[in-house]
Amino acid sequence: MGGARPLHPARWLGVPALFCVLATIAFAAPIRIYGLQLPEPVFAMVPAFAWALIRPSILAPFALLLLGLFLDTFWGGPNGLWGLSLLVAYATALAGRNMMTGQSRPIMWAWFTGVTAVAMAGGFLFSMLDSLAMPSLLAVFWQFLVTALLFPFAHRLIDRFEDADVRFR
Amino acid sequence: MPFREGPLGDLKVPLTWTAAVALIVAVVIAVAFLLADRRETLQQQAYGVTRQTVDTVSKPVSGVIAAPGRWTGLGVDFVSSYFFTASENRRLKAELKEMRGYRDQYLAEVDKNQSYRSLLGLRTDPPIPMVAARVVADTRGPFANTRLADSGAEKGVVVGNPVMNERGLVGRVVGVAHGASRVLLLTDIASRTPVMIDRTNARAILTGDGGPNPKLEYLRGVDPIKEGDRVVTSGDGGVVPRGLPVGAAVKGLDGRWRVVLFADDTAIDYVRILLFKDFSQLADQKALLTRSLPPVTTEDPDVSILGPAATAPKPPAQAQTGAATPPAAKPPATPAPKPAAPTPPKPATPRPATPAPTPGQPVGGGI
Repeated sequence: MGGARPLHPARWLGVPALFCVLATIAFAAPIRIYGLQLPEPVFAMVPAFAWALIRPSILAPFALLLLGLFLDTFWGGPNGLWGLSLLVAYATALAGRNMMTGQSRPIMWAWFTGVTAVAMAGGFLFSMLDSLAMPSLLAVFWQFLVTALLFPFAHRLIDRFEDADVRFR
Repeated sequence: MPFREGPLGDLKVPLTWTAAVALIVAVVIAVAFLLADRRETLQQQAYGVTRQTVDTVSKPVSGVIAAPGRWTGLGVDFVSSYFFTASENRRLKAELKEMRGYRDQYLAEVDKNQSYRSLLGLRTDPPIPMVAARVVADTRGPFANTRLADSGAEKGVVVGNPVMNERGLVGRVVGVAHGASRVLLLTDIASRTPVMIDRTNARAILTGDGGPNPKLEYLRGVDPIKEGDRVVTSGDGGVVPRGLPVGAAVKGLDGRWRVVLFADDTAIDYVRILLFKDFSQLADQKALLTRSLPPVTTEDPDVSILGPAATAPKPPAQAQTGAATPPAAKPPATPAPKPAAPTPPKPATPRPATPAPTPGQPVGGGI
């Protein structure tokens, strides 16, 4: 009977979003050792990819919008930039959901990398339109690379909740 | 009454479609946020209450999270300094020997400079008060490069204040809350700073692009810059004082001139916020505005500055109208501005496209 219960949004939306916020704050620490700084991955890409694959949801886009607004406010960027970029990534993953589900881990990693590239391209474009200046392609590529390495977390999230709701088996 | 028991209780809507509608609504809200954003204006009004609240809350949270990292850095510095004491001692002795020469030169230049100042009666910049602050959060992404410092409005920090570390300019304050201020780094895509090349005085605008080395744009002059030139702030526009060290010029891989920032040479945990006000801000703007202006005199089209044309014979109609207008060379008796209305309007006199040739002046426009 336990499996018949609908999945509570706080479990698959609230907790991952909270972890993303905490990880973002932790990686913003001003540390430089031997001239090297911490990388700045976009942790919110993990739920943006995983939530679309777990199940279509009404709440997930708004949770992503809130996460994006937090990123913009905390990082000091233009409001709405990361909200829009994450939603573009979510829409891409949602559109390709039927092709992605059930694929092997390397293929899923490739999909995650592709969706991350879409989000970064969106961020590049929106930032260019907002600031009327072109961001450094090297800096964008560096952030894309460190974000693509976060796939194991997305895989864990998908594995944890993909079969949690019997209605979507 | 619960929804499921109402008349719409049996309504079945595909979840995919409702999710798509929710996605579109969220996208519209995000676009509205982006269009309403005025971050690039870098004004106090654009830094809303939400951002101020987030900064105020982030300061203690980020401070606590950053503390272990700071302690680790201090520990690594301690251990490395312990193991490399001998080599560092040799390096410091060599540096001290070199610096003694610079010190003597500096003292001689200070003496010479003071005598020049007293001779010229030069008015120099007033000393700039500073506020020390610790950086608690650092953003390094391609779309935003900012830092959160733990000094804010309570210490007199205002939007626009330049921020330095011990080596050079870091950026400027773009948002102030109680106990925290947001610093826009020189590398941010929205950052524009007027700078000059120290060697040639050539002006440029330092433009951030999210990368570590901002670009030098609008460079002027013939051969204004070369590799390794020191770049300092020019003070143009009054946002930052003149002469603050910024970095060294390098040619980027894309062929553009870029700057390796001096501020990147050191740790990033402590900064100084300069409570700078330029002379235009210090001046009494009200007194400047109420000052009586000189009378407005329009140029008489018949009196040309070219000289010989002015002595040309005037037609009779122009001679009459010229009597109504006082000559421009003669100053009015009172400094009060004259209203333009009492002066009778002059008849429109067509001016020939080419002036009549006068003796002693070549026609071809040769000077």
